[in-house]
Amino acid sequence: MADITETPIPLLRPATSTMRLVWLRIRRNWLSAIALAIIVAMILVALGADWIAPYEPDATDPDAALQSMSWHHWLGTDIYGRDLLSRIIHAARVDLTVAFGATAVALAIGSAIGAIAGHYRGLVDLVIMRCVDSVMAFPAFILAMAITAALGNSVGNVLLAIAITQIPTYLRLIRGEIFRIREMEYADAARVVGNPAWRIMFIHLLPNCLPPIIVQATLAMGYALLTMSALSFIGLGIQPPQSEWGSMTAEGAQYIVTGEWWLFLFPGLAIVIMVLAFNLVGDGLRDFLDPRMRGVR
Amino acid sequence: MNAASVVDVRGLSVRFASDRGEIEAVDAASFDVREGEILGLVGESGSGKTVTATAILRLIRKPGRQTGGSILFDGRDLARIPEDELQQIRGAKIAMISQTPRTSLNPLITVGRQVARLFQLHAGLSAADSRKRALEMLTLVGIPEPERRARQYAHQFSGGMCQRVMIAMALTTSPRLLIADEPTTGLDVSTAARILDLLRDLGARTGASILLITHDLGVVATTCQRVAVMHAGQVVEIAPVRSLFRQPAHPYTRALVRSIPRIDREIVMEPVPGSVPSLLNPPAGCRYAGRCPWVEDRCRREKPAMTPVAPEHFVACFAVEDGRAAAV
Amino acid sequence: MPPLCEVAGLKTHFPLRGPAAWLRALKDGKPPVVRAVDGVSFTLDPGETVGLVGESGCGKSTVARTLVRLVPPTAGSIRFDGEEISTLSDSGFNKVRPDLQMVFQDPTASLNPRLSVRRMVGEPLKLHTRLSPAERRERTDAVLEEVGLGADLADRYAHELSGGQRQRVNIARALVTNPRLLVLDEPTSALDVSLRARVILLLEELRQRHGLSYLFISHDLATVRYLASRVAVMYLGVIVEEAPAGELFDHPTHPYTRALLAAVPVPDPDAPRDPFVLSGEIPSPIDIPAGCRLRARCPMAQPVCAEPVPWREVAPGHFAACHLV
Repeated sequence: MADITETPIPLLRPATSTMRLVWLRIRRNWLSAIALAIIVAMILVALGADWIAPYEPDATDPDAALQSMSWHHWLGTDIYGRDLLSRIIHAARVDLTVAFGATAVALAIGSAIGAIAGHYRGLVDLVIMRCVDSVMAFPAFILAMAITAALGNSVGNVLLAIAITQIPTYLRLIRGEIFRIREMEYADAARVVGNPAWRIMFIHLLPNCLPPIIVQATLAMGYALLTMSALSFIGLGIQPPQSEWGSMTAEGAQYIVTGEWWLFLFPGLAIVIMVLAFNLVGDGLRDFLDPRMRGVR
Repeated sequence: MNAASVVDVRGLSVRFASDRGEIEAVDAASFDVREGEILGLVGESGSGKTVTATAILRLIRKPGRQTGGSILFDGRDLARIPEDELQQIRGAKIAMISQTPRTSLNPLITVGRQVARLFQLHAGLSAADSRKRALEMLTLVGIPEPERRARQYAHQFSGGMCQRVMIAMALTTSPRLLIADEPTTGLDVSTAARILDLLRDLGARTGASILLITHDLGVVATTCQRVAVMHAGQVVEIAPVRSLFRQPAHPYTRALVRSIPRIDREIVMEPVPGSVPSLLNPPAGCRYAGRCPWVEDRCRREKPAMTPVAPEHFVACFAVEDGRAAAV
Repeated sequence: MPPLCEVAGLKTHFPLRGPAAWLRALKDGKPPVVRAVDGVSFTLDPGETVGLVGESGCGKSTVARTLVRLVPPTAGSIRFDGEEISTLSDSGFNKVRPDLQMVFQDPTASLNPRLSVRRMVGEPLKLHTRLSPAERRERTDAVLEEVGLGADLADRYAHELSGGQRQRVNIARALVTNPRLLVLDEPTSALDVSLRARVILLLEELRQRHGLSYLFISHDLATVRYLASRVAVMYLGVIVEEAPAGELFDHPTHPYTRALLAAVPVPDPDAPRDPFVLSGEIPSPIDIPAGCRLRARCPMAQPVCAEPVPWREVAPGHFAACHLV
């Protein structure tokens, strides 16, 4: 019998350490890395708002009304003398909660229904997809407006409204991925060794759908933030005195003509920076999770 | 026998930068393709044969780059001439067909139009003339009912027919060199056989030389006049096809010939020992050293030069040079 | 010795869907079907390797997929170890699965990229046995060892393995439940020359050691000659010729077999070449001609070829479906 053993190829690791590779990858995507740092920082700020914010967000101070940027009030104050920086910091809580929460809810529901459609196909798929089509026939923002208008505008309802508008995206994405992956040979191999349907779905199919879903979810967080700010801006989202970037921007907009530009600029800037950060991280993840980008280019 | 070279590759080296270091995909490869011949470039995947072909067309993309050697075509070094002049050569004097003919065809334009457009573009023919020439071309590559087929789209063609169209397109400019990169991979045996028949026939009829890249020794034996064997980026043996199969000299070639089952008789099959070495920061010297039964210290330190063992038959191996590797 | 697996009159048809199919159904009065496998019969003895060869679209992979029930058969019988398995319920068929495994063509695509080698190879044990995790691990590592993979590879993922190693993992997964029949669907065609030789030798060694039976499906005729003791040639959903391997390759009688063998390039520039070729291409398995299915392409076709084709023994153990032999 001839020699049938094959000398195992060494993993391509020894030349450079894993940490170094991660560093190289980050360096190639430094913009996304900065964006990620911004998001992490904002989360920490939101969590520690009580300690970080120099003032109470709702503490009024008639003597300090409509002050511009100063050492006492870094970003100035509003007409009630509330510290803008403190309000922006506290608003991060609401904004990030809704951004992450809406995405999580949409992801969970969308994935579940998408997996069902992808698994059963046929009539079940047809019915689900026509429902999705009818949801998508509404412009997402109009739908979110309608839902908050109908349910009332608490944080929970805004979160739910945004989640509902995003469900179709995940649903279609997961369904498409399942359709693709279920035809892969490893899905067939899993069937041949006798896996029951649930194991095929949860062990073999769904985990392999994750990369595009993670990317989508990250991008969607930016979108959720934007939707909520827009809802608040037109008065259908979070209500004052609860501070929220969108409603703060709306309040600030009234003062542009009178010259108190900071009231509008800084909450708006917070929105822009965070949305941009989510998008950049999403783009970076897309590259990072692409198997073709792994290891040797 | 010693006809003029159409393309003469000398000491070609190509490297790719990667996160983990430099990958030397082609290491000082030298060979030439002569007037009117079919030269086979054989090797396993990762042997650098496709990279070599890409280098001839100067189409190596970043992070790869040619790090040495010259590619003489018509007496000029393709690696050094300006890009706009290269454009004149690429696609016109040197054409290429790939192993994925279907994706190389535009799905939205009829097949006849795609061929005709090349005549308009390169030969400056009128619309009517180019259409006529396109039909002639499709007939030449053996497409049945060319008038009807010319009005169809790529998706209505089978894999073999797509490859014929690709060949027709490659030949519109009467190239002097046709690079065929695994032209029959993915085709059924009988379709593949007819594509190879076509290539053999066209070489003789149009005078185009063909560089046929393949991993299949059967294809080489039935199609090529001369063969260059590549292993891990190095050309280890060049020989006329008969000489190569009768007296394979390099230990890799010998092992390769013994490792394939045959349809015409029972054989004892022996796999090539070891596995393809990593091209990441490869050691100096012969890259077959790690797998070679005749290896000695020198093989790991120095690179053997191509030395003649028979007329037109060259091999890069110290063991053969020293006569240690007795003929099989 | 009774055969291990006996397939008789197997048909696997797929209905066509979509507007074009509806139009055809209106025109022809019956819905169009793809007759991928259209009446295939063969037997497999214990310890035997039967080669099933043919070009793409001939239905050989569908035969494999029907055997392991990746697609349901339309008609015909599949007896495995004396038991009719084509009519079993899914749970009944699951009891047969440990004995009847399959290795797929693409070694990369058939491995789940998110499971470690050990988990993938151990999965059939988890599904079909009551072994404890420690026992499963022991058995898994033993099988990996047997296919030539060290235990240090067991924690790796598919992308950390070479092509040859991946196919070994696939073979190990199929072997872990000690099957009696392995369906090998082109297991070597995605591999490089030197790896192919190793996998072929490994398969042969495993067969001898465990008395396995193989249904070896391939378009690579040289490999089939090396591994198979008997070979069946498929064309357009049916078997057109069947014979012991040496006999079939040395004395092909069916025109299709002859053309197929003539097309294989032999790695010898001086080998004689049979110039026999068929015209045209394989027709669609929707519009199958009556009589001999090769009729339209065969250079030897006669009027009699339009009649139903007899299955004749042309030499001991050598059968062919052709009017002219």
